[in-house]
Amino acid sequence: MSTAAEPLIFEHTSPGRYATAQAPAAQPLPEDIPAGLRREGAPLLPEVSELQVVRHYTRLSQQNFSIDTHFYPLGSCTMKYNPRACNSLAMLPEFLHRHPLALPDHSQGYLACMYELQETLKSVTGMKGVSLTPMAGAQGELAGVAMIHAYHAARGDTARTEIIVPDAAHGTNPATAIQCGMKVREIPTNAEGDVDFEALEAALGPQTAGIMLTNPSTLGVFERRIEEIAKKVHEAGGLLYYDGANLNAILGQVKPGAMGFDVIHMNLHKTFSTPHGGGGPGSGAVGVSARLEPFLPTPLVVKGGDGYRYADKDERPQSIGRLSAFMGNAGVLLRAYIYARMLGPEGMRRVGEFATLNANYLMTRLRERGFDLAFPGRRATHEFIVTLKRQKQELELTATDVAKRLLDHGFHAPTVYFPLLVPECLLIEPSETEERDVLDAFVEAMVAIWEEAKADIDKVKGAPYTMPVRRLDEVKAARELDLRWQPA
Amino acid sequence: MSNIPAELRYTKSHEWVRVDDDGTLTIGITDHAQDALGDLVYVEVPEEGASVEAGEACAVVESVKAASDVYAPVSGKVIEGNPALADAPETINDDAYGAGWMFKLRGSVDGAELMDAAAYEAFVAAEG
Repeated sequence: MSTAAEPLIFEHTSPGRYATAQAPAAQPLPEDIPAGLRREGAPLLPEVSELQVVRHYTRLSQQNFSIDTHFYPLGSCTMKYNPRACNSLAMLPEFLHRHPLALPDHSQGYLACMYELQETLKSVTGMKGVSLTPMAGAQGELAGVAMIHAYHAARGDTARTEIIVPDAAHGTNPATAIQCGMKVREIPTNAEGDVDFEALEAALGPQTAGIMLTNPSTLGVFERRIEEIAKKVHEAGGLLYYDGANLNAILGQVKPGAMGFDVIHMNLHKTFSTPHGGGGPGSGAVGVSARLEPFLPTPLVVKGGDGYRYADKDERPQSIGRLSAFMGNAGVLLRAYIYARMLGPEGMRRVGEFATLNANYLMTRLRERGFDLAFPGRRATHEFIVTLKRQKQELELTATDVAKRLLDHGFHAPTVYFPLLVPECLLIEPSETEERDVLDAFVEAMVAIWEEAKADIDKVKGAPYTMPVRRLDEVKAARELDLRWQPA
Repeated sequence: MSNIPAELRYTKSHEWVRVDDDGTLTIGITDHAQDALGDLVYVEVPEEGASVEAGEACAVVESVKAASDVYAPVSGKVIEGNPALADAPETINDDAYGAGWMFKLRGSVDGAELMDAAAYEAFVAAEG
């Protein structure tokens, strides 16, 4: 990894310099644009040569802390290895050069992949229908709650305006409910990390549209009373939404459909191993039970006598409609499809097994070396939480300090300060694709940082030392936003 | 040990309430709350004239670690939000019970679920 500081591309500017090969051909000024709307001066762009651009961005790319270069135990993000085959097959020219408006009879190969992906996702989640169109997890959530809303509306059950959300939920859950015009009813979590069942019962009523659950939850534990919860919510007339953030823990083991969920979104970019981080592109495919099937976003891919084709709103009148211009992020869906095909049902089972095995191994090793677990009585799912509350009290050692010092040891930091319910927490998710050696090395790094803090806390608080930039002043950065190179 | 002034009343969601001589209620977040949040970088206070219900989220505090709602301890009408906080959110870190007040309400604490200083101190200790 390159650690030399790289200036901004603007700082490479030399006035008048440009890349001849990339410069647009001279064009006459468009006469039909009114004079008042025409730019008078040149835009403030960097003036650099082609080779300067290549070197600048290559150097930046060498500063990446990435899954291809480092262990990346970022809890709740499932930073697993992205198999090279998925990438190379999705880059076949027949896929890459297919025009999204190509006629279905020119797109049978691609449509067959999408149809089989829909079928695979149905099978692995136990749902009755799947739509691939949502472009990311948040849009999958939006689709899911919009379908719950449409279901109640279609029955004339308009009093159902509340979505129940446990306090451990990802922040996107309440945000989604609000975005869909619902009210949020928060319920607490008990000391062992389960939903507070009595609080749930008290919250249910004729106003309940549904509940949004992540299972395993963001606390890294399985919701043990899920069947009772599903029964209670259904009896009250509500539906159950499954946030698929943690699907990796149960892949091939338990089906959300069997737990009683009515709708699920899957982060294919996480669980199905397409590259992610840095904002996408993602895929938040949704699956539904039979009663929500008519409301799925369109288009779906269906199989008929003449092959595969799209089914759109004209033949699915109750659909909540389109969420993307075509059918989601085609490249991401293809990678997910290839990943699923490579694994097969047996491979899928091993994903869940090894994701939880790795997490439990790492958790046990850290506990043996003296670290405190947030839920010591519980088995880890695919992730678990270490709390540094004691280290903070005794040594002033915080989660941020450990996160920063880990970078010097060659490890990406776990997720810190989430979930908010646990003080000074590290949410650690090793994923199924790491070797035991790596997990052991991570444990040693954690122990070394703790020991170092006992001897010289200022050393830890000064970390990182080996990165292109040192510890950032996050408070100053947030209070004094500085978003551009020079004033226009 | 965080600072818990004896003359104030407190909520379980870590707001404090001061009842002024003219009956005005001044509300902010406690020293314990600002310490748990860390350095604040953004504060949003309710607008003058807004009606708030007891327990309703009516203000926002955001630190580099977390964003939190601030809840109205009692129902009432907002007299004023502290205008200084938008440009200087750190005022709450520096002086949670003084210059860091968040909003003033016209309302009544009668029958409200509020704790005195001793009860709040015990509550914070029990929360760990």
